Amino acid sequence: MVVNCEHVWKEISNYLDDDMDAATRAAMEAHFKECKHCMAVLSGTRNVVELYGDDRLFELPAGFSRRLQRRLAQPITSRFGSSRTFWTLAVAAMALMVGSFSLANSSVFRHPNVRSKLAQPAHEIPPSLMVAVSSEGRVFHVPGCKYLHKREGESPELMTASNAIKEGYVPCARCLRQYLSAEVECPRSRHGNELAQSTAEPVAPGPGF
Amino acid sequence: MGGMPERIQVGSADSADLREQDLLRRVQAGEKQYFYDLVKPYERRVYTAAFAILRNEADAEDAAQEAMFKALTHIQQFRAEARFSTWLTQIAVNEALMRRRRAHSEIMEPIGERQDEEGNYTPRDFADWREIPSEVLERKEIRQKLTDAVAALAQKYREVFVLRDVQHLSIEETAEALGISRASVKTRLLRARLMLRDLLAPGLNGTWFGRVPFMKGNKPW
Repeated sequence: MVVNCEHVWKEISNYLDDDMDAATRAAMEAHFKECKHCMAVLSGTRNVVELYGDDRLFELPAGFSRRLQRRLAQPITSRFGSSRTFWTLAVAAMALMVGSFSLANSSVFRHPNVRSKLAQPAHEIPPSLMVAVSSEGRVFHVPGCKYLHKREGESPELMTASNAIKEGYVPCARCLRQYLSAEVECPRSRHGNELAQSTAEPVAPGPGF
Repeated sequence: MGGMPERIQVGSADSADLREQDLLRRVQAGEKQYFYDLVKPYERRVYTAAFAILRNEADAEDAAQEAMFKALTHIQQFRAEARFSTWLTQIAVNEALMRRRRAHSEIMEPIGERQDEEGNYTPRDFADWREIPSEVLERKEIRQKLTDAVAALAQKYREVFVLRDVQHLSIEETAEALGISRASVKTRLLRARLMLRDLLAPGLNGTWFGRVPFMKGNKPW
């Protein structure tokens, strides 16, 4: 087996670590006898390994051991006060996160799930349409709708559809049926758009008047 | 931790392993006051591992101390399959790497970082060094030159070189400590050794220059 210089350079580290088969080792040794350059590389690399392997090279900073002993003498839990405090805080934080998550997902903060076509939000209703509401229900109607429930003697309150929606009223599925659509992609954003429009548009009597 | 611990006597130099196992058992059993005795032989190793990565004495000391403290905190997790020194070194390496990431000191990585690991490395200096007398290490300026040279290596070469050639970990232990393959350790080690040889050849071959060549912008690769 014959090796060239490049092969020697590639294997020189393994040679120094005696991590190669006997045939390659013998071939390299034969090469070193012939090649001054590779011999120089070998002796230099061996010197590097020997110099850096000497314990005297990297000195510990003065006082290192003393400072280390002082550090090790600190209570293990000192970084967090005490382990009990740490775990109490950790559990409280976890509970807070879980609570926040549950609340954020609760029906209070979510748009209500619609159950039927007629229960769709009033996204098609002109914002300026005047509608009537009563103190008894959560539904708004075209004024005069026979399904408007009110207390005896009470007069229905009139407001624009946009305000009724803003106050949480939902449209009457009978008198406002024509405005209800089942195809709602993003009810909340549509509401927002309508309400934005309603502030820009002058209030005018709607077709129900 | 309690007061002064009773010192455990060493019977002979050969009993170092037994002593370590005994100390380890005691510490794991809760006698934490023996922990320093357990890690004392590895102070330098842990510090050097941290220094190889952080290249700064103060940061390396902080990281080394924190690593030792973490080792104490998690001493129950140590299993006898590994060597205690390797486990300790691994903690130090992880601690130092974490601090380095935090400090974004990657920006300061200059030499050899972009080199293709797969390509062959060609030595550039063929002058014969001959044998370097070990007395040279008595000279502080020589130690400084050697420290500067290793600090100038790219991170990936420096950490392998330090663990393998300064701390005398095996190829396997180095690979384990750094979380890289055995083949990568060998490739990087070869390059690190040859680069250091090239860097140091002008000085160790004759007279030392005022500064090592790479510091003058004369980078050989």
